[in-house]
Amino acid sequence: MSRHLINLKDLERGAIQELLHLTDRFVEVGQRSIPKVPALRGKTIAMLFFEDSTRTRLSFDLAAKRLSADVLEFPTRSSSLSKGESIRDTVETIQAMGVDGLVIRHSSSGLPREIADRVNDSVAVINAGDGLNAHPTQGLLDAYTLCQHFHTVAGPQASLEGIHVGIIGDVKHSRVARSDVHAYTSLGATVTLVAPKSLQPPNVQDWPVQISEDLDSVLPTFDVVGLLRIQKERMEEGLIQSVDDYVDRYGITEARAAKLRNEVVITHPGPVNRGIELAEAVLEHRDNVLINRQVTNGVPVRMAVLFRLLGSGVEID
Amino acid sequence: MADRERRMTPPYGGVFFARTTVLDAAQVQRALTRISHEILERNQGLEDVVLVALQTGGVEIARLIARRLFEIDGVDVPMGTLDVALYRDDIGLRPVMPEAETEIPVDLAGKIVVLVDDVLFTGRTIRAALDAITAFGRPRSVQLAVVIDRGHRELPIRPDFVGKNLPTRRDEVVDVNPEGVLLGEMRK
Repeated sequence: MSRHLINLKDLERGAIQELLHLTDRFVEVGQRSIPKVPALRGKTIAMLFFEDSTRTRLSFDLAAKRLSADVLEFPTRSSSLSKGESIRDTVETIQAMGVDGLVIRHSSSGLPREIADRVNDSVAVINAGDGLNAHPTQGLLDAYTLCQHFHTVAGPQASLEGIHVGIIGDVKHSRVARSDVHAYTSLGATVTLVAPKSLQPPNVQDWPVQISEDLDSVLPTFDVVGLLRIQKERMEEGLIQSVDDYVDRYGITEARAAKLRNEVVITHPGPVNRGIELAEAVLEHRDNVLINRQVTNGVPVRMAVLFRLLGSGVEID
Repeated sequence: MADRERRMTPPYGGVFFARTTVLDAAQVQRALTRISHEILERNQGLEDVVLVALQTGGVEIARLIARRLFEIDGVDVPMGTLDVALYRDDIGLRPVMPEAETEIPVDLAGKIVVLVDDVLFTGRTIRAALDAITAFGRPRSVQLAVVIDRGHRELPIRPDFVGKNLPTRRDEVVDVNPEGVLLGEMRK
């Protein structure tokens, strides 16, 4: 039981299904001529993004506003943080202002949980991505996007049973991959990670997944091609030899895309390195590229999470 | 019985025990027939009329009214459903979850909306519904049809079409379904 959302690993399958079913409701709200409800009127949500983010931040912001909550944007660069105030002091300050929810992103794995352990009982902490650890709302929105694609809605018993998802790229440094794996496998999907040894996480044998280094041998078995963003630093660190080599082995090029069955869908948490993870032409012209759908779904998924934690009066179990 | 009623009436989630039958199946059907005629009469036909059923108790009732209206006037009145959980004024006071589908098939701007529910009690659900439907356009007018008006209003809201006025105690529970209306209470 928790009043926070820190990691999808804390949630049972049933709790994930409940959040996805609640998302169905907020998708409908988004289709109304006035897509805003008064459910969190009077609640204040602080956004603490200590790491760059565009879509997650905007998406949380819009979700909070569509629930009629007040949003406190915390400027992490110009604030007294740059004067050496600790994150702990900052959180204390914001809490003293009577905030109901803290949405936090930080490059340090585990920080949201530390904060959750310290805040008083009336505050809900929502992890918007911490280091390499977790990005629970991304995991939920990716799972929701697949449920929606395969079954139109999540429904009360959201399931990805019988779906084979490949997650391709820098799994080692990806919190999205960690949360996606948990969300997908909770719902019954089979997951195969595809990455060179250098980009596989150290304890990957403990993950509930299959692992491959050879994309071309497993690609025909995928129903979903889940791409991850490759960071340029990985090259400087010598974890991949060159962009060309990476594209050659792991990029969804036009040639590879041409071999995919039409119904195979492609996802990517964005922003896409065009021409690296995914060829420009595939991104622009192929049907069943769900990247925009993922962005769209970010809002109702985050509305569901915010409403569930701040408005429903029921803890997630 | 409406799940909403079950959740809102202490002891929450108890079991319903019926004490008296208020209306039998035939009486419910007659009441719905009369309400349907009254809707027609009040609006001089069915042009622009849209039925909006409150989840979950109003849905079956609204379907029956829609069928009657078709039998009487040959018009297929559009019908939508509305879950008002996100508009309630007691969010935070007790567990509130949107549990049923909201589906409004037409733009409500300029329409005559007839809200349909099984029981009218405090009026707070209807207050929330009035708020909610503004998100779907500005209706020309909004009317309210209920099978049972059980009193205890906490807001200045009144029904336009009523199956039966039923004096109740606050802690009693009214169970409405097409087979009859029962008065009883929740027990753990």
